[in-house]
Amino acid sequence: MSSFRQDVETNVPALRRYARALTRDGELADDLVQDTLVRALRSEHLFHGGEIRSWLFTILTNLNRNRLRSLARRPSTSTLEDNDAPDSAGPEAGGRDIERALDLLVDDQKQALLLVVLEGLSYREVAEVQGVPIGTVMSRLARARAQIKAYLDGERPVLRRVK
Amino acid sequence: MTDRESPVTEDELHAFVDGELPADRNAAVEAWLASHPDDAARVAAWKVQADAIRTRFGSTAHEAVPSHLKIESLLRSGRNWRAIAAAIAAAAFLIGGVAGWMARDTTEVTAAPGDPTDQIAQYALAAHKLYIGEIRHPVEVGATESHLTPWLSRRLGTSLRLPDFSAFDMKLLGGRLLPGENGPAALFMYENGNGDRITFYCTKLPAQQMSFRYYQSDNVAAIRWVVGDYGYVVSGPANKMRLKEFARAAFEQLENRAPPPPANRSSTEPVISRRGT
Repeated sequence: MSSFRQDVETNVPALRRYARALTRDGELADDLVQDTLVRALRSEHLFHGGEIRSWLFTILTNLNRNRLRSLARRPSTSTLEDNDAPDSAGPEAGGRDIERALDLLVDDQKQALLLVVLEGLSYREVAEVQGVPIGTVMSRLARARAQIKAYLDGERPVLRRVK
Repeated sequence: MTDRESPVTEDELHAFVDGELPADRNAAVEAWLASHPDDAARVAAWKVQADAIRTRFGSTAHEAVPSHLKIESLLRSGRNWRAIAAAIAAAAFLIGGVAGWMARDTTEVTAAPGDPTDQIAQYALAAHKLYIGEIRHPVEVGATESHLTPWLSRRLGTSLRLPDFSAFDMKLLGGRLLPGENGPAALFMYENGNGDRITFYCTKLPAQQMSFRYYQSDNVAAIRWVVGDYGYVVSGPANKMRLKEFARAAFEQLENRAPPPPANRSSTEPVISRRGT
């Protein structure tokens, strides 16, 4: 196998982890990873060195963004979780709670936080993946953390419902 | 107390948590946190969040990679199951009659079923879906082969020149010959650095001149037009505004109306001429 392909292969576990956290759906996540790999492999000739990891994360991030856009265009029947049930897990930062907190974030903030915290990308790499200046990455990160903290602290500002 | 000599910004607190702080600021931030319990509590909370995220999702990276995500098997299959599914869907609508199948997932089709100008878009979309997923053989003849355009021109009975999409960062990969409704058709594929692919389809189509019409099928879409006995289709991701830009660029280039595209023109000269008659 070429070293390009080996490098791609080495990154598969991390791509799956990131995709899983982004989508919270194992099958969907693996579909995204597969599409990412197919694109990467067929674009091998377009890759002129550089950080293969950032490149792969960029492809996956864009694919997920396209997916969300086409979902948004479609009339959807029900995509919102039923929030009427009280949180049985309580406000601790348990697994379920962190998942819900992540769900509250807009996509760009969630990507930035996951890429930094879960994948260990540098701010500069995240800026490349998201195609924005580093300052934007930092403000996304700050907003993401503030929102999660508010949620875990029990403020739940975003879940206000009109009865 | 240390505030005056080393005010610490919010950005620095995040950088501190993420290990992005320049080494010479570490001590200052630590001193700041020692004397600012509110900030210290926030920083602690961010670390707890990060731990929770890693705990919740970290294990995925230690699972065995499923076989369909192995590079070897992706290369062996040549195309993924999505492309196969798309090919089956394409075959189904070609066999099953265009109108019925397409009506289900196509928007903005207003022409009567069986209208040849619609069929050309559907043929083009089917070819687009089938070939953009290809890893090894996306095209039959590569862009570097000098006989690409002469060969397809001869088969289509016209003097083909290709649109130049370099203004969109799209490079010509190559082309292939396909069976079309009224004889041979040519499909050219373009690609950018992210692996996005656009195709340009052309075939003889004795019909009235028609302006752009947009067709969408799942997450891909096509725009077709007809000029001087030839039908043209640009297919790509289902993004109407963007696809329109491609179609307009191609149309204008083929009509010789556009100024030459800016700089870095590739070896594949754009623009047109259809002396087909």
